[in-house]
Amino acid sequence: MIQAIVILAVMGGIFGAVLAVASKKLAVETDPRVDEVLSVLPGANCGACGFPGCAGLANAIVNEGAPINACVPGKEKVAKEIAAIMGLNAAPETVRKVAQLHCNGTFDNTKPLYEYKGVMDCHLAVTQFGGPSYCYYGCIGLGSCEQVCPFDAIHIGENRLPVVDTSACVGCGICANQCPQKILQIVPINKQVHVRCNNRDKGKKAMDTCKVSCISCGICVKNCPEGAITLLESKAGSVAVIDYDKCTSCGICVAKCPRKSIHLDPPIDPELTICEQPKEPEGCAACAAKSVCGLH
Amino acid sequence: MNYEKRTFSGGTHIQDFKEFTNSLETQEAKAPAKVYIPMSMHIGAPSKPLVAVGDLVKMGQKIGESQGFVSVPAHASVSGKVIGFKQLPVPNGRMADCVVIENDFKDEWLEGLIQPEQNPQALDAKEIGARVLEAGIVGMGGATFPSHVKYAPSKEGKKADHIILNGIECEPFLTADHRIMLERPERIIAGLKYMMKLADCPKGVIAIEENKMDAFELMIRLTEQDSTIETIVCKEKYPQGSEKQLINAVTGREVPPGGLPMDVNVIVNNVGTAAAVADAVEFRRPLIDRIVTLNGNGIVRPMNYRVRIGTLYKDLIEENGEVIGDIVKVISGGPMMGFAVYTMEIPVMKGTSGILVFNEESQVLKREEEGPCVRCARCVDACPMGLEPTTIVKAAKRRDWAKTKACDVTSCIECGSCAYVCPSMIPLVHYIRLAKQYVTSKDGNGAVNPFLV
Ligand code: SF4
Ligand code: SF4
Ligand code: SF4
Ligand code: SF4
Repeated sequence: MIQAIVILAVMGGIFGAVLAVASKKLAVETDPRVDEVLSVLPGANCGACGFPGCAGLANAIVNEGAPINACVPGKEKVAKEIAAIMGLNAAPETVRKVAQLHCNGTFDNTKPLYEYKGVMDCHLAVTQFGGPSYCYYGCIGLGSCEQVCPFDAIHIGENRLPVVDTSACVGCGICANQCPQKILQIVPINKQVHVRCNNRDKGKKAMDTCKVSCISCGICVKNCPEGAITLLESKAGSVAVIDYDKCTSCGICVAKCPRKSIHLDPPIDPELTICEQPKEPEGCAACAAKSVCGLH
Repeated sequence: MNYEKRTFSGGTHIQDFKEFTNSLETQEAKAPAKVYIPMSMHIGAPSKPLVAVGDLVKMGQKIGESQGFVSVPAHASVSGKVIGFKQLPVPNGRMADCVVIENDFKDEWLEGLIQPEQNPQALDAKEIGARVLEAGIVGMGGATFPSHVKYAPSKEGKKADHIILNGIECEPFLTADHRIMLERPERIIAGLKYMMKLADCPKGVIAIEENKMDAFELMIRLTEQDSTIETIVCKEKYPQGSEKQLINAVTGREVPPGGLPMDVNVIVNNVGTAAAVADAVEFRRPLIDRIVTLNGNGIVRPMNYRVRIGTLYKDLIEENGEVIGDIVKVISGGPMMGFAVYTMEIPVMKGTSGILVFNEESQVLKREEEGPCVRCARCVDACPMGLEPTTIVKAAKRRDWAKTKACDVTSCIECGSCAYVCPSMIPLVHYIRLAKQYVTSKDGNGAVNPFLV
């Protein structure tokens, strides 16, 4: 008995000494700023910055000179905090951006081409004639965007098109990159005029496809006082596209478009984010204390 | 007689539904009033139209020129007048430019074609290769890979020591290859001989699945005297007809992941392709028709038809008779690996082995809701590529594409064995396709609309 205790005690002592020496000898120097930067990042691990999660970005900012405003959802608030840690000047404030959908092909406006039976993912449906909708270019409506959004900000609505919750969307662009139709665009929140169509066909063919299709007539292009709207030519055909740097949201094109494909949206309050919305605390005290977006 | 039955590991037994058509003689389908000849019926660059609206064309006349090495020409399958160009949907989910020819019902061959070669044995490999290309021959099992490319000397100087003719036809319902083996066996053997000459290959193998013993015995009888050709029988197991599995069963060799049969010195061709090669070499006959199995519970008289390329599914089905019931699904090819199509205005192409038409009563289409994985590992046993479908799919559902890549998802041949055996009705192949899109797409964002690029 005593023997066993002694042996264990001695072994414990030896291992302890070995570990103590090893931890000194093999210690990896980490820059304390990495942890500091990590602590101010939102912790959403959304990947919008292009690095493997928030820890990846923190490391890249401190050791590889990645831009301090690389965190998309963190916006200028986080950028400022990082700037303080790194001893740099924060980037100028920018307008918050959100996702906008370039399609209005609701159940009423277009018709089905076929019935899709299979795993509900736009990527799978798109390989068969651009998806089950009659329009080859429009929203497929199987909600890949909804699945990939790390902020739960985009949901398929009743009319099968996704609806962006502008209070929750942080403009990370993950949905826009993954949408197989490439019909989501990340746009400054103060822009109110949007082309809600992606149809590349011209004239009659486009007209037959959908009630609100862009037919590439070019009336909007001729009438825009800022020269902000152009017909984007591609191999598939053309579609009206707005240059948001030039667009002043005057709404002239909206009034002129014979197909009602361009919409003037009501202004969105850029300050209204999900965190400011009154919210009943959910879950136990620890979870309830954390905000939904992890930013505030 | 007892023969050794070869096979591969994995796979599964599936009900074959071949009894409807396998004993019926192939019928000549009426040439339709209009044919729509797609300019891309093959893997590779589409052909370039050589005709203009208003041109008169003869049967067998070249109307599309091959563009580049991996491409083949297209030919008129009827004589008549070119009346336009039209985009039609094709089974792979895209649109194809088609030349529309109005049939004059004279069936006049272009001069110089269909004349028997006096001494075909004297033709050298170069001439044989040229005739195969000129006839527009592609793999007729469904892959539609241009045949002349398979026989072109490989860059690494590899040489085939086996040419395997694939007479397995493991897809349910389809009996087109079975019938051609029974009806035109000499043409198949002659074609194999030319292919062997073309590739300078000493050995030809004709592989037939055990559910076609009549074809096997016929082939054995016809090849007995020839020591360079071996006819073998394979176990009835799906997917025995898949290239990699067939090579493994016949030669014991393993095609490396991402590799081609030539990497293990083998060329595989379909039996129908061999018959087309024989016709091309001996008669300069271009590929303008093929055998198509028409079946499914929506079809009154299931049958194999010899159909002109460019015939619309609609016309063929009409010739067969009124469809039964409300048609809910049309499949181009076999039910395991074929494509569901949304319209019958699709032209028969060089790779169309079957058209299956189902109404809502079909038992084949019944599929229950997807349930949770019960970890039975049946999919693992069934996978002929030795993958773990359930692990891949679990990762794909989490959208963990790195994990699916680590599980070698790109090796999946999409045979559907796993989904077929899954007791929980999980559409495993769908998830695997999704994972493949993400793993193989350049920007890692999955597929993009084919109409946009
Ligand atoms: S025509 Fe335009 S609005 Fe209509 S479904 Fe197509 S992309 Fe959407
Ligand atoms: S926006 Fe794109 S990803 Fe979202 S449902 Fe429509 S097609 Fe799918
Ligand atoms: S809706 Fe799109 S852009 Fe907005 S947070 Fe979600 S994924 Fe990011
Ligand atoms: S066969 Fe289906 S239930 Fe069984 S392990 Fe595979 S996925 Fe799971």
